[in-house]
Amino acid sequence: MAMVEPRSTKYRVLASHLGMLCFIALILFPLLMVISISFRSGNFATGSLLPEVPSLEHWSLALGIPYTDDAGNVVQPPFPVLLWLWNSIKIAVISSLLILALSTTAAYAFARMRFAGKGFVLKSMLIFQMFPPVLSLVALYALFNEIGKHISWLGLNTHGAVIVASLGGMALHIWTIKGYFDSIDRSLEEAAIVDGATTWQAFRYILLPLSVPILMVVFILAFIMTIMEYPMASILLVDTDKLTLAVGAQQYLYEQNYLWGDFAAAAVLSGLPITLVFLYCQRWIVGGLTAGGVKG
Amino acid sequence: MTRAILKWGVLAVLVGMALYLIVALYAQREFVFAMLFLVLTASAVAVLVSKRLYAHRYIYPAVAGMGLFVIFPLMYAVGIGFTNYSASNLLSFERVQENLLSRTYQSESARYNYDLYKTDAGYVIVLKSDDGELVSEPFELEDGKVPPVEVSPTATAPTGEPLAFRDIIKQRNALGALRLQAPDGRELSMASLRAFATIKPLYEKSGNDTLTNTRTGVTYFPNQDTGFYESADGDKLVPGWTVNAGFDNYKRVITDPSISGPFMQIFVWTLLFSVGTVVFTLVLGLLLANLLQWDQIRGKGFYRTMLILPYAVPAFISILVFKGLFNQNFGEINLVLESLFGIRPDWFSDPSMARTMILIVNTWLGYPYMMLLCMGLLQSIPRDLYEASAMDGAGPINNLMNITFPLILKPLAPLLIASFAFNFNNFVLIALLTGGAPDIIGASTPAGTTDLLVSYTYRIAFQDSGQNFGLAAAIATVIFLVVGALSLINLKLSKIKV
Repeated sequence: MAMVEPRSTKYRVLASHLGMLCFIALILFPLLMVISISFRSGNFATGSLLPEVPSLEHWSLALGIPYTDDAGNVVQPPFPVLLWLWNSIKIAVISSLLILALSTTAAYAFARMRFAGKGFVLKSMLIFQMFPPVLSLVALYALFNEIGKHISWLGLNTHGAVIVASLGGMALHIWTIKGYFDSIDRSLEEAAIVDGATTWQAFRYILLPLSVPILMVVFILAFIMTIMEYPMASILLVDTDKLTLAVGAQQYLYEQNYLWGDFAAAAVLSGLPITLVFLYCQRWIVGGLTAGGVKG
Repeated sequence: MTRAILKWGVLAVLVGMALYLIVALYAQREFVFAMLFLVLTASAVAVLVSKRLYAHRYIYPAVAGMGLFVIFPLMYAVGIGFTNYSASNLLSFERVQENLLSRTYQSESARYNYDLYKTDAGYVIVLKSDDGELVSEPFELEDGKVPPVEVSPTATAPTGEPLAFRDIIKQRNALGALRLQAPDGRELSMASLRAFATIKPLYEKSGNDTLTNTRTGVTYFPNQDTGFYESADGDKLVPGWTVNAGFDNYKRVITDPSISGPFMQIFVWTLLFSVGTVVFTLVLGLLLANLLQWDQIRGKGFYRTMLILPYAVPAFISILVFKGLFNQNFGEINLVLESLFGIRPDWFSDPSMARTMILIVNTWLGYPYMMLLCMGLLQSIPRDLYEASAMDGAGPINNLMNITFPLILKPLAPLLIASFAFNFNNFVLIALLTGGAPDIIGASTPAGTTDLLVSYTYRIAFQDSGQNFGLAAAIATVIFLVVGALSLINLKLSKIKV
């Protein structure tokens, strides 16, 4: 390292470390607090960060096991958290696979083919994507109400409706994948086509294997976006055992029925797997965030 | 050959199913939806059949999904914005008329006391009046709609004791649903626990679609401007039907002070919130990214993972966590603040504190994204620029202002605008954290001091007792124009070539 270093560097490094550690402590406070609260007994307990008398009542309820307190009363789990988590994961996996398949093929056409209205479609997709989904809820509700009268698994209060509705949000993913395709030299595919491959074969056997990294990114991003989707699911899903985690979790914190401790355990239990997946995949995600936006 | 047959077979089956759906929708007078699916099916067939449209096969699913779930709802919402569609004006004119004509009342003139018997064949009801008795055939008592049971003056009443009043009370729901048919065509239903009475239609239709109340004799005229049946005195019958309202909803937003006041207040706050979020997250993210890029710092992996954590935790969970921690009475944040400084801010009931809280929470949620973006962009700045500036004796502030910032601003601008647009519509944050509270005083629609335009619209459409979809859609259209213009600028700024 041939960097020219001023004398004050040592102190500045020290200060940076200190500053960052303080900042991290501040940032992590809410997360640590929730973990701590999930081990306190009762829903209104206060105390230090390390609970003096750890209790597993909230965890037992979050896992769906009825809890017997000291007085012998049996407390039933308030909500089916694990079922909600499963619903969320099921919906997110199916929709992200569909989104991935459909946006990859679309991105291929946008990146490699020439056809009428290409630029117009690409640009208008990006603009219409900005229309907040919250405002289209009235129309979507009416739409799924009508469809549901004829196709029962696509009606209101079905997971099918939520999965299908998530297909509206593909524009960003198409842009991301298209940006990546643009960066791959097209001479390989052209060579294959000269040798007699069809367009589809060139796409399937040459371009796709080269694009696995970006497909990973898009899958993860789509997965996270559908897991966190709130407005649409909150309108389409009604029954308690059909809800996704994003819609169900808030039911713990109603003014009249404030289950703070139970919520803490449920939040840690259901948030942890999602957080770990995200942290594990963060390297690819960082690449993907800048790839779509900057290269264009 | 078999492949071709298979392909056309599958296509034919799918088209058949789609056509069935379209015809069914058309038969139910859902013309908009029938039209929508007709367009979708027709374009699908065109794309699959035509060789010239080969490239469109690849983009069809994405474009169709976009059309069905983004563009169609958008147009639908814009359309609703020009009507008075709301909880009281949901139905079409024909359905309203049907609904009103099916209303009945019980005539006081023909009341019967009754006895209920339980026999082996089922229940038997005996209606008693001065003229004699009407006796029913045996029937089963069940909740819900049942076909009318006939009663006749000739049948003989069963022997034995009728059911006690106590047992009749037990059966009152089923009895309430019971309809009796007299031989002269009158229909009777339960008027009280002890009596049955004749049902008569409340409204009678005469020419020109006017309705006359058979009890009071008042005539109601359909008013196609307001969407209600109205009497000469201006008395309205509910429900009304949906009519075209022109620009009324937009006019209300501008001229009605109980709407325009809150609207402007919410609009300003939405702008402040979005700009504030972008500035705070950018400053924090850029600072941290610079520190993490610095060669002298050890343990980058650790710092990076820790700093990214707020982004990794699902937002709907961390927002709810903050909702609990900021709780005024037993939230941990107020406990800490009280023990350190002796203050207990009213995070949820004081408007400015609530806004502060929202900005704190959103900065916490959003800075990792900015940090990640800045880290990616910082890597693309050539290192020798910093070498050169160090030779000239420049400090970190100089480096930041003269090298880093100018170089990353250009690629960052479209991302900042996208972030602004996202936060402009950050519905989930408001819905889960404050729900818009505390409320704005003097607003005629539900409106809160922390509401963003989107959550305000959502509350008008779904939470208000009036469910004023028309007004909500009008505001939604305004929002879309703002956000759409922003994304157009964004496209221009980022100079994307397609």
